[in-house]
Amino acid sequence: MANKTIERLVASRVWRSVFRHGLPISNRARAESVFYNFFLHVHPVKVRKRSLKISYTWALGGLTTGLFFILTVTGALLMLYYRPSVSEAYADMKDLQFVVSSGLFLRNMHRWSAHAMVATAFLHMLRVFYTGSYKPPKEFNWVVGVLLLVLTILLSYTGYLLPWDQLAFWGISVGTNMARAVPFGIGDKMSYLLLGGNIVGENALVRFYVLHCFILPIATMVLMGVHFWRVRKDGGV
Amino acid sequence: MDEKKKDKGNREKAFSRRYFLEMLGIGSIGIVSIGSMALSASYLSPNVVKEPPTKFKLGMPSNFSPGSVTLIQDQNVYVVRAKEGYFFALSATCTHLGCITNWKSEEGIIACPCHGSKFNKDGIVIGGPAPKPLPRFEMTLDDQGNLVVDKGVRVDESNLLKV
Repeated sequence: MANKTIERLVASRVWRSVFRHGLPISNRARAESVFYNFFLHVHPVKVRKRSLKISYTWALGGLTTGLFFILTVTGALLMLYYRPSVSEAYADMKDLQFVVSSGLFLRNMHRWSAHAMVATAFLHMLRVFYTGSYKPPKEFNWVVGVLLLVLTILLSYTGYLLPWDQLAFWGISVGTNMARAVPFGIGDKMSYLLLGGNIVGENALVRFYVLHCFILPIATMVLMGVHFWRVRKDGGV
Repeated sequence: MDEKKKDKGNREKAFSRRYFLEMLGIGSIGIVSIGSMALSASYLSPNVVKEPPTKFKLGMPSNFSPGSVTLIQDQNVYVVRAKEGYFFALSATCTHLGCITNWKSEEGIIACPCHGSKFNKDGIVIGGPAPKPLPRFEMTLDDQGNLVVDKGVRVDESNLLKV
């Protein structure tokens, strides 16, 4: 009965319009189901059994990606109750903790996932170093990976300002003063552009919010696509 | 004979360690998915909303002359005082697609600027695409004799405030 229903579904015109190949029961159909699927096409059709061993990669890249996914989902939900303005930001953060149902859980999930993502990205970098996976022909992917680590740290740093508490305010004051140390007036200009002024105020909060929720995640997603594509084409998992 | 052997094979498969672990994995993914959906659903529904109160005061009845229709601007409500002296409150929001209507005193009608719906001063549709008459809100007097309108409570046409 169930088999008959599945057979009829697979033979239907709607199914055939989405999946043009048959069920993956032959080698050819298995290859086609990877080639003709948007989500699977970055995968190699075949991988070495050796590279599937957990102790080869410790799944650290996958964990970092998983944490990025969790951060995107919880971040989008937090954006529903958070307003990036000097008068509202701190109160909205406190509302998330004490008024909104499961707001405390989501906020802490976002916070801990952010900490963990920095850690797993760093550990992933160590693993790649110790297995020599940065060596030619994969040296460019190491560079992409370093950029991704920088983006992860920048995401972590820009999110630090958003609660608008003492920790956030002085963290950003110190950070942007460090940028001022760059000589020939470049540092001063950088700090001015980053804060949208000379003080950590309304403009700085909105700029860090836009960087944290839009510009940096988009840049990270693009580089993640390139990183994974290159890993897969080199026969990795 | 072969049939029996096959059955035995199936039964062994049903209780194998692999089958148990597969079900454990699928089960935990299911529990996590249902749990996170339930959490998100409760999160998405706000516990506190900062919206203006539905009840508002309008001052003494003597401020409104008999036969007048007054639009209360920030509340989008008409206070109508009939020639006989009784009061009722009409919504100023058009029942077609929610634009704010205007009182045309020279023609004696309520007209919507968006799609041309027309109502008389009782809120009855007399033209245009509006499907329903303008709803009426509850009107009362407080202890000091002030008129009070509650937009949260709808009343029918028989509900008139006599002062």
